[in-house]
Amino acid sequence: MKYFRLIWKNAWRKKIRTSLTILSVFVAFLLFALLSAIGFAFRGGVDVADAERLIVIHKVSLINPLPMSYMNRIAATEGVASVTHASWFGGYYQDPRNQFPQFPIDPKSYLDMYPEFTMPTDQIQAFERNRTGAIVGQDLATTYGWKIGDRIPIQATIWTKADGGRTWEFELEGVFSSDDPRSSTAVLLFQYDYFEEARAFGKGTVGWYILRVESGADPIQVANAIDLQFANSPNETKTSTEAAFAQSFMKQFGNIALIVTLILGAVFFTLLLVSGNTMSQSVRERISELAVLKTLGFTDRSVLGIVLSESVLIMLLGGLLGLGLGWLIIQGLAQQIGSFLPGIFLSPKAIVIGIGMMIGAGILAGIFPALKAMRLSIIDALARA
Amino acid sequence: MSEILARLEDVCRTYQKGREKVEVLHQLNLEVPKGDFVAIMGPSGSGKTTLLNLLGGLDKPTAGTVNVGGAELSSMSNSQLSRWRSTNIGFIFQFYNLLPVLTALRNVELPLLLTDFSSSERVKRASIALDIVGLADRARHYPRELSGGEEQRVAIARAIVSDPALLLCDEPTGDLDREKADEILRLLQVLNREHGKTIVMVTHDAQAAEFANRTLHCDKGTLEARVAA
Ligand SMILES: Nc1ncnc2c1ncn2[C@@H]1O[C@H](COP(=O)(O)OP(=O)(O)O)[C@@H](O)[C@H]1O
Ligand SMILES: [Mg+2]
Repeated sequence: MKYFRLIWKNAWRKKIRTSLTILSVFVAFLLFALLSAIGFAFRGGVDVADAERLIVIHKVSLINPLPMSYMNRIAATEGVASVTHASWFGGYYQDPRNQFPQFPIDPKSYLDMYPEFTMPTDQIQAFERNRTGAIVGQDLATTYGWKIGDRIPIQATIWTKADGGRTWEFELEGVFSSDDPRSSTAVLLFQYDYFEEARAFGKGTVGWYILRVESGADPIQVANAIDLQFANSPNETKTSTEAAFAQSFMKQFGNIALIVTLILGAVFFTLLLVSGNTMSQSVRERISELAVLKTLGFTDRSVLGIVLSESVLIMLLGGLLGLGLGWLIIQGLAQQIGSFLPGIFLSPKAIVIGIGMMIGAGILAGIFPALKAMRLSIIDALARA
Repeated sequence: MSEILARLEDVCRTYQKGREKVEVLHQLNLEVPKGDFVAIMGPSGSGKTTLLNLLGGLDKPTAGTVNVGGAELSSMSNSQLSRWRSTNIGFIFQFYNLLPVLTALRNVELPLLLTDFSSSERVKRASIALDIVGLADRARHYPRELSGGEEQRVAIARAIVSDPALLLCDEPTGDLDREKADEILRLLQVLNREHGKTIVMVTHDAQAAEFANRTLHCDKGTLEARVAA
């Protein structure tokens, strides 16, 4: 650390050149932050998936409903510990742009299935007691400023009521949050019983089932047993782990991860060229100064370390600024579009990877100039000066 | 005379110039007693810089031995030589060779970065060295804000800050006018007489050589003493 002043001053030898290099590093890491947060949102469901939870959907597609009568048969399948169900409501709040998932569910069994969602007991009880009650995740409550007791009208896009109405009104009975900061709570849950009774069509069906396998049971075997049970019926099923389900759901958006990787690859390749060039110019300009350091007794290795540190320092300066601004933007985005793209989040893992990339890119950009400085012969360098 | 600080015995140094071998120093012998101030004169290309490089452990002889302050330089590794230089030798160059990005004080501090001194101790010692060369008031100036004579005095402060026994000066006044040159030479004299530094100084300038205790003439790889003109 006592070399810090030397490294810092050398890094700023040419202020404009260093500023431009830092700017390009900054842009690269800003992009990295934004893309990895978006990539994270698209992968989010996969990462937080519970290996013991299975999802049963209609074999044809997620949109086709399954008969309510499957509930008991799934529950009776060997290896199944508990079952619940959910359906896709697909409404909006006040304006078609305010979209977020709403699921009619069975309160007791659904909340048991998702222990990561936590809510005060009195709110759970109030929700169970109120037929037209609803609960929402903290994310949604924050976005729309909802408080317990509020009346929330949801406009149906699919499910008209038996009386012809399209507005479903719910009383907010609770707000839940998630233990896992990565899993989205931008969702509204309401009573399936109310949904079933009031809807104009589709009675006796649910969207999908969620089940938990008994501990020790093989999830794949259980999934196969369920699908076999309903084979050759009018409503065949497809059972998969939550992770696989989330993955296939996300495939609808194309291979976002690959695109993100390709863009970042191109950006970082350019970044290495730019900063590598900066470092080699900077070393070329001060051959005699490096020779003087060696004359004074700095070893070859400490000269190598000084040049490398300078390169890493420039990366960290630009990179941390980029990640920092990226983080701020993502916080803002999460407020704005969190309900469209739940789980948009700059994960600690992405930050660690980002810092690792700064150090790695710093070393890569600086290694050849640093080796040149290390191998520099004092006599030759001083004779040339 | 007193104790010998530096001794070169039968030193040869050859360079490969393309296909040719050039013997710059041929069986050179030299003894520098402690407290001496030697001037070395000679035409350009006669091997003066090569001789200083050998004395300072920047270069190794092709044959022969170089012993400075009891250390046998020809048998030391590069990293051993680095460490040895940092405490035993002060270098002063014709073109000062200060780092332009650091202030005078921080330039002088550089050799102390290689020691275990605390930051405040380093600054204290660097300030004392600047004071000795008469530039205490210039500590915060950058090299570009100093005159040539001042730059050279900062370089001298840097050379003495880690208190080495031997100062090696390669044409230290070559870039200065007479008046400034004499100031530098008087400063070297003070360092020799009052601070006990042993000095080997290469110079082109016969007047500069007069500041030394004795003058050696380097020619075709041999050294001889002549009565100074
Ligand atoms: N690294 C080197 N490679 C080849 N030849 C060199 C090298 N260093 C010095 N020489 C040659 O050695 C001779 C003496 O050089 P030098 O010691 O610098 O002389 P001086 O300092 O007396 O002018 C010159 O002819 C020079 O060209
Ligand atoms: Mg020379």
